[in-house]
Amino acid sequence: MSGKRPDAPPLLSLTGIGKTYANGIVALSGIDASIREGGFVSLVGPSGCGKSTLLRIIAGLIEADTGTLSWPASGTRPADIGFVFQDATLMPWARASDNVYLPLKLKGISWKQAEPRVMDALQRVGLADFANAYPRELSGGMRMRVSIARALVTEPPLLLMDEPFAALDEFTRGKLDDDLLALWQAQRFTTVFVTHSIYESVYLSERVLVMGARPGRILADIEISEPFPRGHTFRESPRYIEICAQVSAALREGAAI
Amino acid sequence: MRHHDTMPARLARFLVPAGVGLLFLGAWELLVATYDIPRFVLPAPSAIWESFVQNFGSLMTSLWVTLRVTISAFLLAVVGGVGLAILFSQNRHVEMALFPYAVVLQVTPVVSIAPLILIWVGYDNVEFALLILAWIVAFFPILSNTTLGLRSADHNLRDLFRLYGASRWQVLTELQLPSALPYILAGMKISGGLALIGAVVAEFVAGSGSGNGLAWRIVEAGNRLDIPRMFAALFLLSGLGILIFFGLTLMEQRLLRRWHESAILRES
Repeated sequence: MSGKRPDAPPLLSLTGIGKTYANGIVALSGIDASIREGGFVSLVGPSGCGKSTLLRIIAGLIEADTGTLSWPASGTRPADIGFVFQDATLMPWARASDNVYLPLKLKGISWKQAEPRVMDALQRVGLADFANAYPRELSGGMRMRVSIARALVTEPPLLLMDEPFAALDEFTRGKLDDDLLALWQAQRFTTVFVTHSIYESVYLSERVLVMGARPGRILADIEISEPFPRGHTFRESPRYIEICAQVSAALREGAAI
Repeated sequence: MRHHDTMPARLARFLVPAGVGLLFLGAWELLVATYDIPRFVLPAPSAIWESFVQNFGSLMTSLWVTLRVTISAFLLAVVGGVGLAILFSQNRHVEMALFPYAVVLQVTPVVSIAPLILIWVGYDNVEFALLILAWIVAFFPILSNTTLGLRSADHNLRDLFRLYGASRWQVLTELQLPSALPYILAGMKISGGLALIGAVVAEFVAGSGSGNGLAWRIVEAGNRLDIPRMFAALFLLSGLGILIFFGLTLMEQRLLRRWHESAILRES
């Protein structure tokens, strides 16, 4: 891909990351990975493989017990990190625009200053006409779009997504996958995308980290060099099926151990 | 999508209960007349109305006293209950230390504390004693509901606030208090009724000659066997209770209708 410099320092580097919960369950053990700036990486694996835990460690919401997390490109954790949860996680009492405004509001930016950015973020997810709607007046897919707009309004260098489209129907999900890729291509934020769908991970990512459970660990690191935008031609290509089978095989091997 | 009752449906919701009430009063009037029931046992609605008109001045004065005590006690309960709940939410140790005493205050029957409060405050200041007693009764539902509400904020939203570096104050005002609003309003609906009950019960306990509220009008009318006046005061009390309930329900609807499930009217 153009603009890809293999020698550039990665945005994020994980070495020997481990996490054990108070109840003795080993969520993660010996995680080594590095993620390049502007990359799109998926973490795929069964429930309980610690992929959400890893995402939370990257976000700084929880601390790892062992190992180090470093930010070679920037030196420190970016001040702005976008986070999208499985549910849209909107404030039900606030209009769509106020939900998107939240990250800026918490930084002390006035509405007057923030308004163009909020409207722009809503525009980018195709919800410019719904700025005044309350979450319950929106469909599940639209709520998720508001959630993405909220995550992107600060123009973060890093976007973390925790099974964001898992609760949506397949059509909505496919549309959001494509829209997410378009946003990513336009803005080039680094994306770490947690999913339990092999197909989704292969379709979206440049790289899939396949994870196994008990303890949570990385089973395989699969590069997908297909160019973007991918669209349905990739989805229907033999190459796509081949990579899905590869991810699937890695998961099977992990489960067998 | 917004759901509104159609006009006839809304009218019916008012007219049907009103019709039932009128029917009931008519039957009552008829029964008293037919069986010639004496006034001091069961006065007819017409006699109650007559007494109401005759004693309008003194009844209104008493209504005003009861209303004043009830509303002040209620407002202080809201301020105190929400305030203490916020304090609890900020510091677990304070909650651990104080919550049991809030429960003690709640479970001790107000009638049993009333004489003590009256002695402390003094019989020359009964209204203040009534206020304290009504407040004690009204305070707890708001405290416990708000405490629950402040804790019920979505965990992912909490994480999001943390991720964006929100201060404690921002978490409280932007997340916890809005999340708690439906709970606070539910607590207020309970407390509004309880404040009235507290004010009336306290006045009964305060006893002869000391009170000026509706409860005292009832005691006085009872002593004189002036049953129509007793009923007139009783109806005023019920009316006041209903008014408080509907006022608070209306406020709840207004505040929550755009976003909370409880306030959404559905076409069925």
